[in-house]
Amino acid sequence: MLVVAAVVASLALGSRSLPLDQVVGALAAGPAPAAAPGAPESAVIVWQLRVPRTLLGLLAGAALGVAGGLMQGHTRNPLADPGLLGVTQGAALAVVLAATAIGADGVLPPQVTVGAALLGAAVGALVVVGIALGGARSRGLTDPLTLVLAGAAVTALLGSLSQAVVLADATALQAYRYWAVGALTGPPGVVALAAPVAAVGLVLGLAGARALDLLALGDDVARGAGLRVGPARVLGVAGIVALVGAATAACGPVAFVGLVVPHVARALVGPVHRWLLPVAGLVGAALVLVADVLGRLVAGAGEVPVGVVLAVLGGPAFVVLVRRLRLVTL
Amino acid sequence: MLAPPRGGRAVRAGRVSLRVGGRSVGLVLAALGLLVLVVAVDLSRGSAQLGLGEVFSVLAGGGDRGARFVVTELRLPRTSTAVAVGALLGLSGALLQAFARNPLASPDVLGVDRGAAAGAVVVILAATAAPSLAGPLAAVGVPLAAGLGAMGTAVLIYVLAWRHGVHGTRLVLVGIGIAAALQGLISWMLIGARLEWAAQAVRFLSGSLSGRGWEQVAQAGVALAVLLPLAVVLGHRLDALVLGDDTARALGVPLQRSQLAVLVVSVAAAAAAVVASGPVGFVALLVPQVALRLAGRAARGRPPVLASAALGAVLVVLADCVGRTSLGLDVLFTLPNEVPVGVVTSIVGAPYLMWLLVRRARERTV
Repeated sequence: MLVVAAVVASLALGSRSLPLDQVVGALAAGPAPAAAPGAPESAVIVWQLRVPRTLLGLLAGAALGVAGGLMQGHTRNPLADPGLLGVTQGAALAVVLAATAIGADGVLPPQVTVGAALLGAAVGALVVVGIALGGARSRGLTDPLTLVLAGAAVTALLGSLSQAVVLADATALQAYRYWAVGALTGPPGVVALAAPVAAVGLVLGLAGARALDLLALGDDVARGAGLRVGPARVLGVAGIVALVGAATAACGPVAFVGLVVPHVARALVGPVHRWLLPVAGLVGAALVLVADVLGRLVAGAGEVPVGVVLAVLGGPAFVVLVRRLRLVTL
Repeated sequence: MLAPPRGGRAVRAGRVSLRVGGRSVGLVLAALGLLVLVVAVDLSRGSAQLGLGEVFSVLAGGGDRGARFVVTELRLPRTSTAVAVGALLGLSGALLQAFARNPLASPDVLGVDRGAAAGAVVVILAATAAPSLAGPLAAVGVPLAAGLGAMGTAVLIYVLAWRHGVHGTRLVLVGIGIAAALQGLISWMLIGARLEWAAQAVRFLSGSLSGRGWEQVAQAGVALAVLLPLAVVLGHRLDALVLGDDTARALGVPLQRSQLAVLVVSVAAAAAAVVASGPVGFVALLVPQVALRLAGRAARGRPPVLASAALGAVLVVLADCVGRTSLGLDVLFTLPNEVPVGVVTSIVGAPYLMWLLVRRARERTV
């Protein structure tokens, strides 16, 4: 229900708000090409601008929501979030590097963008998990402070490197400035390529949900119950990387969806991952769409990218989560 | 934790009394010597290469006219700003880490830097929107806004982290959340701005020392001159705070007032550094811990303020020198003419933070 409402709002609201009956009428009339003569304006707006954007929002939100659920499940850490953990910055750096190395005027072939983002996301994830694991064999990943700070350190490092590259390439700044904050107006070629990658990630993630429920009992118990722990973890990490890489390639780094959404989903359906992950996907899609609509509405004629809206809303949400944590460390 | 007082002598002036130990004095002197050397190297490098001897003779009042011009007009303002910024960051970090009793507490990790930057960006963008006011706004408005932003952020973090007392871990985590939200706000403001203004603000946000003149030196120098003596006195009061709140109270230290003063001085120093150079990350995190390790038992379990300030200056001057001259790496990569100092310190400092995390976690599991 929430998702449907968000989709309708996303289609109808914007710098030119359309009444609902016009939206429904335009949708029912079928796709309208951009330059079709005589087509009503509302049809062009809906099909050319709002529909792609809404689909991208659904895709990215679902991908990030599920990725967050997977990450919190695998690390057993309530503060895990791909955006905080350097995964998105890794993808961003890889894309920026590829842009300066290959791209003319900052324009990249979509295959390169998606590939670079996936690679970067994988490297970022491995570095952070490596640090947290290297820190403590027994409890590194579940210690919220270590994981979050390792993510902050990796994010700072990768962000600085991106910044150095962008400063070298003054023309890239204009493109980077929008891309770096996360927006739902990505190039269509990239989006088309990212969608199947995200779909693969979704399948991997949902397939691993049962294993996650066992892993939540601890590695030893899971092993005793007949689960092969190593392959299950590899599967989970591959799912996270595919989801986050695809989402980042399509709309830039979007933080905090992966952090907040699993908590909402947990409050709705409880901690069982078979239910939690799909619900997290739906809630994530709704959250991203609502944030995007907010960003379109508050700025009047211009717009605020969804990544910025989510960062401003997500920071306080993170603080609330921290205050609820029962801290035993230190 | 606490080494028994050994050696050293007490220096008393009115109500203020300090104990001066041999090793800490030696450390400060060594750091200052290193600073002189690094400053001389920094002054000698650039598009016109000078010998170290030439630099020293210019600083002593001699040297030929060409060398005098290059050193005193072109390079000295920038290098002096670097020294002041580094010292401010070092002392800010030293106080904050002692205050929170946590090596992870520093103005950049906690988002105090980001608060100052957000305040400054508001005024930078306002100044470009109203050019007639640009002069007074840049001179008074930016420092004021940065100070207010930093102080507001610090208070916010402190209040939000308060739950039956301030917990070190919660303080750091809350700070990270606030920093992320502030970063979002800054991006928001940048996107609304026109490209050339945004470019100026982005340069500021990456922490750059390029084009710093004597006005910046004066601003940062005044801040340093006021805050450093305060920090030294407060630092000694912190010796009691390191023992824990109850013990400190029993020793007759005015607890709340001392904590408040430490916080204010630390935040003010961080804000002054941000005004002079933009946010330069990781210096305030890294330097106090280095100083603490070097001082050993003489530091009595908290980062020494003076040595941190001196080493902070060394680090920032060195990082700026590397960023300015690229160390000949431009043969390998296409680097910009100049890498901002904040980028250099992040590339050095972030791995240190990772190492610190690994080590802390190891210590706890052992």
